[in-house]
Amino acid sequence: MADKIIKPKLKTRRNLLKSIGAGTGILAGATALPGWVRYSQAQTSEPIRIGFQVHRTGIGAAYGRWYDRTTTAAAKLINDMGGINGRALEIIAEDDGTDPKRGAEVLEKFANQHKCDLAFGTLFSHVVIGSAPRAGELKLPYFVVSEGHHVASGMLNRYTLQPGITDVKSQVQAMAPFVADNLGKKVTMIFPDFAFGHDHRDYFSAAIEKQGGTVVAKIAIPPTESSFTKYFPKIPRDTDVIYHVMVGPAVLTFVKEMGEFYGPNKPQIFGFIDSLEAVDLNSPGLEFLEGSYFWEGNPRYAQANQSEHDKFYRAAVGVDDNGASVSDPKDVSTYSHMFGCWETLFTIKTGMEAAGYQGTDDRSKLIEAVESITDIPLSREHPQGAKVFNSKTHQVFGHQYISKVEGGKLKLAHTTSIEDTLYPDETDYTKQSF
Amino acid sequence: MTANTKSWALHIALLVTLFTLQFVLPAYHQGNIARIMMLAVFAMGYNIMFGYTGLLSLGHALFFATGMYGMGLSIQHLGISPATAFVCGIVAALLVTATVGVLALRTSGVAFMIVTLMFAQSGYLAVLFFGEYTRGDEGFVIKQAQRVIASVDLADATNRYFAALLLFALCIAVTLKLVTSQFGHVLVAVRENEERAQMLGYDTFKYKLAAVLISGTISGVAGAGYGLLFGYVGANFATVQYSIYPLLWVLLGGAGTIMGPFFGTLFMFYLIDLASDLTSAYMLIAGVALVLLTLFARNGLMGEIRKRVLPWLP
Repeated sequence: MADKIIKPKLKTRRNLLKSIGAGTGILAGATALPGWVRYSQAQTSEPIRIGFQVHRTGIGAAYGRWYDRTTTAAAKLINDMGGINGRALEIIAEDDGTDPKRGAEVLEKFANQHKCDLAFGTLFSHVVIGSAPRAGELKLPYFVVSEGHHVASGMLNRYTLQPGITDVKSQVQAMAPFVADNLGKKVTMIFPDFAFGHDHRDYFSAAIEKQGGTVVAKIAIPPTESSFTKYFPKIPRDTDVIYHVMVGPAVLTFVKEMGEFYGPNKPQIFGFIDSLEAVDLNSPGLEFLEGSYFWEGNPRYAQANQSEHDKFYRAAVGVDDNGASVSDPKDVSTYSHMFGCWETLFTIKTGMEAAGYQGTDDRSKLIEAVESITDIPLSREHPQGAKVFNSKTHQVFGHQYISKVEGGKLKLAHTTSIEDTLYPDETDYTKQSF
Repeated sequence: MTANTKSWALHIALLVTLFTLQFVLPAYHQGNIARIMMLAVFAMGYNIMFGYTGLLSLGHALFFATGMYGMGLSIQHLGISPATAFVCGIVAALLVTATVGVLALRTSGVAFMIVTLMFAQSGYLAVLFFGEYTRGDEGFVIKQAQRVIASVDLADATNRYFAALLLFALCIAVTLKLVTSQFGHVLVAVRENEERAQMLGYDTFKYKLAAVLISGTISGVAGAGYGLLFGYVGANFATVQYSIYPLLWVLLGGAGTIMGPFFGTLFMFYLIDLASDLTSAYMLIAGVALVLLTLFARNGLMGEIRKRVLPWLP
């Protein structure tokens, strides 16, 4: 469904009065009404249109729902702040069905029918990879929020950027020091037998070996599997840590059956919260996870040392201290990923303002402006944490969080440094011409 | 004017219309029609088996994906030219189709449907299993530089449209020639009454195998072409839904008609595209429309036209 979440409000009587007010008070109070001042200076009243490729249906729907809410909240805030370069921001959302073919079609629709300035917001890797070639051909800046390594690997093109969320390679390698130092050095990995799982297998294996550890078993689970009991006897007895990244609806069965297999004498368990995004940690069967550790992209539960920025962001999106919707405590958010939409929109805003973006002719200037961003400080616009953007790989790097399940909640146990997440550049998109 | 001449004239008129549309359509619809033509080639391949021979396959995603991966993997790992890779995709589809055909045709009816479905599922799982080469469910990109044939950049919208039109036109010509030939008439005889065809002295197994080979290979051409024109090769195209799509397109457009698969694909594509502008439950609208069509136009769009207006339509 194509819908316009935030519509420009420049032509209403109320806005007109505000503009007049801003004009008469410009000398005295320009900083008090910066947005309206900028609106009045804009060369065009046309809104900036951002095509939001959202997973409303298909396997990514749970993520899509929260990406949608986060994007809506960020767009509203940007418009309340005065828009971008004096123009309102309009989000045009289209469902891609979490399907790469439809994803590419949606990008064409953004570029050629809705006349969007850019496209943004895609999560699932196969949709990104299926859509990115069209973004390059359409010369449409494509800001993804995917955490896949596809951008930094050099697989895509100069028009595709990931400035709002870190990639899986950096996340996984940053976990290895904590796992080796605190949980154990002999690791058994259990992962889904497709590309996402293979990324974890390959990157973590290399990273744990650098820490003096070793992966004693790699257990790949076929994607169609619904029962896991037969896989647990394959876990070597001398395993210190089980590293799991199961995803999809079968994860509850996976945890339940692992609990039945081990009982109270379990090894250390470390997992990626991707397994349990949008899932209540207090769901029946998940009791076995008590005392285990999880990677989190952004701590789901408000921590004791919660930053003012997280508090602001959480309230703006409508998420309570337990990471669920303020209107429905059972509607658990995808908190470790959705901040990427918020942060990406603000990076786009920064890039457009730096480039003096006026229209689609300035798309290459926008990309160059974003490429010139290096340090991104912790702020309301970037509540997940400070970040470093790599202009060559079009990938952002940032802090990662490790939380422990205590009393059915996730309590932050460790925050990695940004340096822990860095790896050598694998491409240089700036060498590609527009 | 003979029926044969009329049908050629009609199909040439369709191709001329599609050629002309390129110059008048807005960019968005131009891109859509290019996609629809490639998907229609897939559906036309399916139609040879289902519409003309009466063999209901639930595994055509395998042939489409084989063409796509045969082309894509050749470029990605062997570094060969896109034109050669395109041929590799077609040859791969031919070989897989031959294997599946020989084995699946030992069954019939529901068993044939299940066997073809299982083969397709095996193909999908093989793509995931050999993820080291195929990048599993994520798939991989065929870069712009890898999509240039004889200095023609297939990533360019106009070139892509004409390349899709060329493949579509070739497919129209081949299938039209085929179904109006004696061979095509035997396929229809097999569809209508296989025992009677056997009694008349035809080796129906050979005819059915030939139909499967032609059908699977055309589907492979569509897969290889789609990957080359749109720059992406992915496991999604091997899933069961891509076995169901051609069945729907053919049923909508009219099984056993040459132009039916094109109009079925066109209808379904724009139904989803327009419905998605109205609601996120757009598949519900698509479903209702399909039910209505099934109730009130059982022969599909072109089937109804043949029944009511143009009885000579092949």
